Amino acid sequence: MIQISNLHKSYVMGSNSLHVLKGLDLDIDEGEFVSIMGSSGSGKSTLLNILGILDDYDEGSYYLGGRLMQGLNETKAAMTRNEMIGFIFQSFNLISFKNAVENVALPLYYQKVSRKKRNLIALEYLDRLGLKEWAHHLPSEMSGGQKQRVAIARALISKPKIILADEPTGALDSTTSFEVMDILKEINDQGKTVIIVTHEHDIAAMTKKIIRLKDGVIEEVIKNGELQMFKDRVRTE
Amino acid sequence: MFDVDVWQEIFSTIKKNKLRTFLTGFSVAWGIFMLMILLGSGNGLQNGVKEQFADNSVNIMWMWTGETSMPYHGLKEGRPIKFKNDDYTFLKEKSEDLELVSSRFYLPGNIMYTYKNEYGSFETSSCHPALKEMEKVVIVSGRFINDLDMTDFRKVIVIGENIRKALFKDEDPMGKYVKLNNVPFKVVGVSFDKKRQNERTAYIPVSTAQRIFNGADRVHTFAVTTKMVKTAEEAEAITERVRQDMALRHNFDPKDKRAMGSFNMLTEYIRTMKIFQAIKIFVWIIGIGTLIAGIVGVSNIMLILVKERTREIGIRKALGASPASVIGLVLLESILITTVAGYIGLLFGVSIMEGINLAIEQMLATGGGDGMFFRNPTVDFFTAITSTLILVISGALAGYLPARKAANVKPIEALRDE
Repeated sequence: MIQISNLHKSYVMGSNSLHVLKGLDLDIDEGEFVSIMGSSGSGKSTLLNILGILDDYDEGSYYLGGRLMQGLNETKAAMTRNEMIGFIFQSFNLISFKNAVENVALPLYYQKVSRKKRNLIALEYLDRLGLKEWAHHLPSEMSGGQKQRVAIARALISKPKIILADEPTGALDSTTSFEVMDILKEINDQGKTVIIVTHEHDIAAMTKKIIRLKDGVIEEVIKNGELQMFKDRVRTE
Repeated sequence: MFDVDVWQEIFSTIKKNKLRTFLTGFSVAWGIFMLMILLGSGNGLQNGVKEQFADNSVNIMWMWTGETSMPYHGLKEGRPIKFKNDDYTFLKEKSEDLELVSSRFYLPGNIMYTYKNEYGSFETSSCHPALKEMEKVVIVSGRFINDLDMTDFRKVIVIGENIRKALFKDEDPMGKYVKLNNVPFKVVGVSFDKKRQNERTAYIPVSTAQRIFNGADRVHTFAVTTKMVKTAEEAEAITERVRQDMALRHNFDPKDKRAMGSFNMLTEYIRTMKIFQAIKIFVWIIGIGTLIAGIVGVSNIMLILVKERTREIGIRKALGASPASVIGLVLLESILITTVAGYIGLLFGVSIMEGINLAIEQMLATGGGDGMFFRNPTVDFFTAITSTLILVISGALAGYLPARKAANVKPIEALRDE
C-alpha cells in the first residue's frame, strides 16, 4: 500500500536549513495497523504530512497504492487526499457551525455527491458509531469522545484506503482513548490500513506494528510477535 | 458553486460577525447612496436648465438691426440698416447653415384687440409658418399659420389662451372675427404655453401684417434655426457666416454689433451642457472614490475572515477541497456582501430622489415652483444597471486578495495553528 524509499525532507528557515527526514525507507502493506512513535523533532509529524499528501518531499519516492506521489498540484493533491486518505486529528477539527451529519458528509461534498444522498450516507456512518441521536447536534454540544467518533465517521465516509490518525487520543481521557482505539481496531479488522502517530506507549502498544523514528530515520520496527516484549518494556520504563 | 452548502456557509459566517458585516456593508451602501444622490442632483440640475431652454428649439438664432456704429467702405457711421423680404428669400434659399427661417414685422403702435364688447391690448407676433416649430408653439385647437395664409395674404390669427379667455370668455373662438385696430382677423387657432409666457401673444402671417399695416417689404427681425452642430465653436462660426452674408448685402462691417444684433441659442446651449458634462464626471469621480473606500472596507473584513477561518480552510483542504472551491467561497461571500449592501444603498438613493421628484412635480402642478432650476432629479435605468455591475465587480475585487490568501493556506500549518 505504501512504499517509501530514501525519503528526504528539509525545511528552510531563513538562512538555516533543517534536515528533518534523512533517507527514510518504509513499507506498509494493505491492512496493517501501524503506529509511528518518536520524540518531538524525530520527524514523525513531517512523515505524517508527507504520507497525507499535505506536504511535498525533496528526494526519494513515495508510492501510495501503486501511484507515485510527487509534485502534484494542489487540486490533484486535494483529490487524491479525498479519495485515498481519511484523516483523524488530535483536536478533532470539526467545523464548528456544521452539525454532526454535515461534518461527516463534507468529504462527499467535495466528491460532488448530492446533499440529500450524502447526508443519508453520513447518517448511516454516524449510526454505525452509535451517534445517531447526535446527528443534528453541533460539535460544541458534544463530548470529546463523541467529537472524535464524528471525526472518525468523517474519515471513513469517502471509503479511503488508509486512515491517518495524528494523536487521535491526545485530547481524550484514558477511558475514551481506549474506546477510540477499539473503533480504530475494528476499522482495521475490516481491512483498512490504519496509521497512527502517537507518543503514548500504551496507545502504540494496541497497534500491530510500531515504527520508532529518531533523527529522521527509522530507529526500530517492532512487529507483531515482539509486541509483548515491547509492552513489558514499556511497563518497566 | 451555487448550492445550498455554499450559501449556508456564507450565511453562517455572516451571522457570526453581524456587526462587522453590517459596518462594512454600510460603507459600501453609503458609497452607492452618495453616488445616486449626487448623480440624481446633477441630473436634476441639468434637466432644470434644459427646461429653461425648452421654450424654443435649442438651435434657434435671432437677428435684428440697428444703426451702424463703424464706418465701412467709405460710408459713415450712424446709417440705419433695414432687413427686407429679399433677405428672407436669401436666408431661406441661399444660406446652407440655416434650416428654418421666419421673419417678423413689428406692428406699429399699440394694437387694440376687440371682440363684441370685450377689448384688450396684446402682443402681436407676425411670422412665417416655420415659427411654430422654432418657438415650440403648442396649438390646443384649430391650426397655426400656414403657407396659403402667407401667399393669399389672409387675415387670420392664432390667439394665445389668455387672449381667448379675455375676449371670448366661454364662447368658442374658432371662425369668429377679432378686430385688430378695426381690421377684422379670423381666428383659426388657439395656442397654449405651459410656462404661460406666450399666452398673451397672437400670431398673424407676416405677409398680411406688412400689407395691412403699411410695412411694404420691411422686416424687423429674423428667427432662424441653424444646423445642429456639436461644439460651441462651430455654432459661433455659423453666426459669423450669417453675419458676413448680411453685412455684404447691407454694406456694414461684419464686426459691427450695433448695425446687426444676433443671438445664437445653440452656442449657449452647448456651453451649458458642457458644464453639466464636467459636473457629471466630477460626480462620478467622487462617487467612485466613496465606493473605493467601501471596497477597501470589504476587502479588509474578508482578509480578517480568512485569517480567522484559516483552520477551517485547512480542514477543508485536508478533506479534499480544491483551491478553486476555497477561492469561490471567499469571492462569493465578498460579492454577496457588496452587492446586497450596495443594492440597499442604491434603493435608498433612488427612492429619495424619486421622492424629491414627486414633491417638485406636485409643487409645479399646483402652480408653485416657478423658475425652478431643479427638475426630474432621478437616475436613469442605465446608470442604475451600470452601478449594479460596478458593485459586483467591486465585490470580486474586494474578495480577490483575501481569496488568494485563502487559497494559499497550507493545510499542515492551518491544522497545527492552535
